[in-house]
Amino acid sequence: MDYSAIFSYMYTEIALVGVTAVALIYDLIAGKCGRRAFHGVICALLLLFIAGTVWPYHGETARIFGGMYIYSPSYVIIKSILAIGTLLVFLQADSWLRKEDTEFKRGEFYVLTLSTLLGMDFMISAGHFMMFFIGLELASVPMACLVAFDKYKHNSAEAGAKYILSALFASGLMLYGISFFYGTTGTLYFDDMTSGINGSALQILAMVFFFTGLGFKISLVPFHLWTADTYEGAPTAVTSYLSVVSKAAAAFALMVVLIKVFAPMTEYWQMLLYIVTVLSITVANLFAIRQKNLKRFLAFSSISQAGYIMLAVISGTPYGMTSLIYYVLVYMVANMAAFGVISVIEQNSGGKVGMDDYNGLYRTNPKLAIVMMLAVFSLAGIPPFAGFFSKFFIFAAAFEQGFHVLVFIALINTIISLYYYMLVVKAMFINPNDSPIASFRSDNSTRLSLLLCLAGILVLGIASSVFDGINLYSFGL
Amino acid sequence: MEYTILILLLPLLSFILTGLLGTRLKPVAAGTFGTVVTGIVAALSYWTAFSYFSAGRNAEGVFPTIIPWNTEWLPFNSNLQIDLGILLDPISVMMLVVISTVSFMVHIYSFGYMKGETGFQRYYSFLSLFTMSMLGLVVATNIFQMYIFWELVGVSSYLLIGFYYTKKEAIAASKKAFIVTRFADLGFLIGILIYGFYTGSFSFTPDSAVIGSAKVFLPIALGLMFVGGAGKSAMFPLHIWLPDAMEGPTPVSALIHAATMVVAGVYLVARMFPLFIGYAPEVLHVTAYVGAFTALYAAIVACVQSDIKRVLAFSTISQIGFMIVALGVCTSSDPHEGGLGYMASMFHLFTHAMFKALLFLGAGCIIHAVHSNEMSAMGGLRKYMPVTHVTFLIACLAIAGIWPLSGFFSKDEILAACFGFSPVMGWVMTFIAGLTAFYMFRLYYGIFWGKENKELHAEHTPHEAPLTMTIPLMFLAAVTLAAGWIPFGEFVSSNGQAYHIHIDIKVAAVSLCVAAAGIAIATWMYMREDRKVADGLATRFSGLHKAAYHRFYIDEIYQFITHRIIFACISTPIAWFDRHVVDGFMNMLAWISNRISWAIKGMQSGYVQRYGIWFLGGALGIAIVLLLI
Repeated sequence: MDYSAIFSYMYTEIALVGVTAVALIYDLIAGKCGRRAFHGVICALLLLFIAGTVWPYHGETARIFGGMYIYSPSYVIIKSILAIGTLLVFLQADSWLRKEDTEFKRGEFYVLTLSTLLGMDFMISAGHFMMFFIGLELASVPMACLVAFDKYKHNSAEAGAKYILSALFASGLMLYGISFFYGTTGTLYFDDMTSGINGSALQILAMVFFFTGLGFKISLVPFHLWTADTYEGAPTAVTSYLSVVSKAAAAFALMVVLIKVFAPMTEYWQMLLYIVTVLSITVANLFAIRQKNLKRFLAFSSISQAGYIMLAVISGTPYGMTSLIYYVLVYMVANMAAFGVISVIEQNSGGKVGMDDYNGLYRTNPKLAIVMMLAVFSLAGIPPFAGFFSKFFIFAAAFEQGFHVLVFIALINTIISLYYYMLVVKAMFINPNDSPIASFRSDNSTRLSLLLCLAGILVLGIASSVFDGINLYSFGL
Repeated sequence: MEYTILILLLPLLSFILTGLLGTRLKPVAAGTFGTVVTGIVAALSYWTAFSYFSAGRNAEGVFPTIIPWNTEWLPFNSNLQIDLGILLDPISVMMLVVISTVSFMVHIYSFGYMKGETGFQRYYSFLSLFTMSMLGLVVATNIFQMYIFWELVGVSSYLLIGFYYTKKEAIAASKKAFIVTRFADLGFLIGILIYGFYTGSFSFTPDSAVIGSAKVFLPIALGLMFVGGAGKSAMFPLHIWLPDAMEGPTPVSALIHAATMVVAGVYLVARMFPLFIGYAPEVLHVTAYVGAFTALYAAIVACVQSDIKRVLAFSTISQIGFMIVALGVCTSSDPHEGGLGYMASMFHLFTHAMFKALLFLGAGCIIHAVHSNEMSAMGGLRKYMPVTHVTFLIACLAIAGIWPLSGFFSKDEILAACFGFSPVMGWVMTFIAGLTAFYMFRLYYGIFWGKENKELHAEHTPHEAPLTMTIPLMFLAAVTLAAGWIPFGEFVSSNGQAYHIHIDIKVAAVSLCVAAAGIAIATWMYMREDRKVADGLATRFSGLHKAAYHRFYIDEIYQFITHRIIFACISTPIAWFDRHVVDGFMNMLAWISNRISWAIKGMQSGYVQRYGIWFLGGALGIAIVLLLI
């Protein structure tokens, strides 16, 4: 085997391992002064990493390690989006990490986050179920540590426990499903397995079990119950990472596996997704209506958004894949903006995250209120913001494949979602409040990330070249 | 000639700068900046005109069409695309000169007129926006670019009419202007889309091969485009916004509602003229009838109005009618492919812009002096305002068509073209020319002669306007005196070849006699202080007088149609449907959502072991469903 192929195709993961290792060593050897600059160093490193790996170097699909690892241009695109999301999280996490009780372990935060990112990258590029499972676990276990990062806080510890327990349960079930496939087909390689798949009862059960593992990560109904508690308890930066990056990676990996491996069972997994999509969007919306805590509220919003993402997966076409990547990108900037605002307000107001606390925010912190407003507009899919276009493409992808009723149900749900998204805007702009959150100046790092998100919300929809650019690489899956 | 792009960019820059800085800029600074920029634009326009015309004709003996600057903006497919650029040909160059001249004059004039007004900076900023849009409209390289600037012109007109936004009438007038013209623009847009769809281009001069297949639809497209033009140019029955637009500051009326924007419709027809005459001559003749009727109607109404700006507004409508008629009476059998009417129309556009701007600016001085628009507040002003008086008289003589002022020459060509089309059209237009002379001199005598309003003048003696206001008057008066002698046909003609103007003695004699008669009657009726004849006529024909004074109730008809028919019979049922059926459906959705939301809240219990049950149960449930199907 030619080892140069490894460096030539696996460059994203290798570079990421490098970044993680530098972060780990820096954490160990840096002096007082060095630690103060940690944030700048890690962001610069990550930026360098993104700059080096953002575009695919090769135009064709390639397999290395005998098909264990697969390189494809569209994988590179989604990995870059995940990396950008991670950078945004780092930017937003800075003010939280500078607090006294987290300052000494900020290195851990960076290393753990980068490890999960590495896990996701491997999961996406996997060509073998063992590889896939290891990637998934690499993304899950450090995540539990991140969720419980404020371990002396009751909420955070509880969230971590719930997350790890649910994750274990999901992983177990998934592994169980994979073992059935191994039993019936005699292989774990994606490429070889397809020929052995025939849609027998056992395989259907196996597929559902396999699906639950990813359904847990994407937090689809009925595998979503951990979401609200975990999102509420976890540190806001981690919540924002969970809700966007982790979810996007799993959704993309799901689409790849379903299309590639389970092609002979297309009608079954389309049925499965049909049920799960309708449940996710509807149930999440119904719960979101009644939330009073903004983090919980966004948890349910993210579940319903995951349901919309499934519309792209269910189409199973290259166009669907393009719209999935585009949707993830747009969802990322909007959700990161919302969580960024929540995070910075939480830091500066002594932990206020209730919907009522936001009453009258516009009068004291107009800029933050406007960012939040644009973010929820985009999430709700109001033109001319990016969210409208991404929803449009997703719906078009599913509609094209004949899922008319499904698209109609999704449309009805966007109306419901409009209601609860507008509640936030109403709270900030209309509701009166005698003691609104005092006006404050947010730190530069958060400002930068919010500015980037804002630019994304405003520009991504109008710049048609973004969608075309992604579309260029979405072939062959 | 790449520098021509500056003609558009400079006013845009001025708009953005004065607009963004707003009140942080001193009024004088904003005004000076806007005026200097417009001055530079005017100089550039003159230079462009000079170099364009002095470059001479090409081998075929026509002035070439030059596109010195172009960028592909919106490609739809390989052959249909929208460009943004600058197109120079005789009419666009002529329009550059007209617009930049009048705009420059108005900028200077506004210094005096708007002095001390709040929002002085905003005013200049909007003026720049308008100048940019109007210049962009005339140099558009394709019909779509023209449409973009067409709308921008509409917006700036809206903003300027509503400049006194605390005044109820101004708000109503600006809305009316915007809605009516926008309504007409809908026709324009549909016309453009039909045109683009069937010819596969937005170019003014598509390949004749392409048109072959689109012949059937071309008249429809051109007719719809004319609807848009009729809206902007206030043709009957879309004229109703223009008299109300006089609520804007008077210099704005001079610039937008007399000299430049309102002739956009004429310009549009001229721009599309080769297509009109080649493929839709019937549509062209329809425009002639519309123009003639409008001219007659507006002239009659102008005879009885008492607000001097309204008189001028109706006179504008009437004169634009003349221009449209001149274009409409062209037939392809004429020499120069319908050259006389086309040339006459453009010539009249040019001369009219100058003397009508002069009239409005003069009216502005008068209003400035007596603080009223009503003729009853004036009278005998010639003693107090000599400069205004003389320049106003020159303009009145020009519009009446008296030799050797500019209006005589252009109007004479129009009448000659009408007689060439049909004697009836010729005589009708000659009659309207006579009416024009009559109502203009009624206005002139009403302002400067007749009985002085002593009570009013006692508390506030009228005085001549400051120099910033009288200099533009004198300049425009000089242009009005001289412009008739320009050999216009040498520069502008329908096919680009030289058109030698020769005055038709018969027509000239008739029109001069009619004009003189109109002036004589006006003198007899209005010069003296008592005005027995006029009052007697008004009481004898009180019905007609009242109807004309109320503009033949066209506005009331509009009110009836919009309120009684559209609002009551169409909008109300739709509103009911929206309120009860659509909203009801939404409310039901909300109610159901809330109920289910309450019903299933137990799912989110907080116990992780129950989550496990849901998890496994859900997975098995889905598996069973899949297996059963």
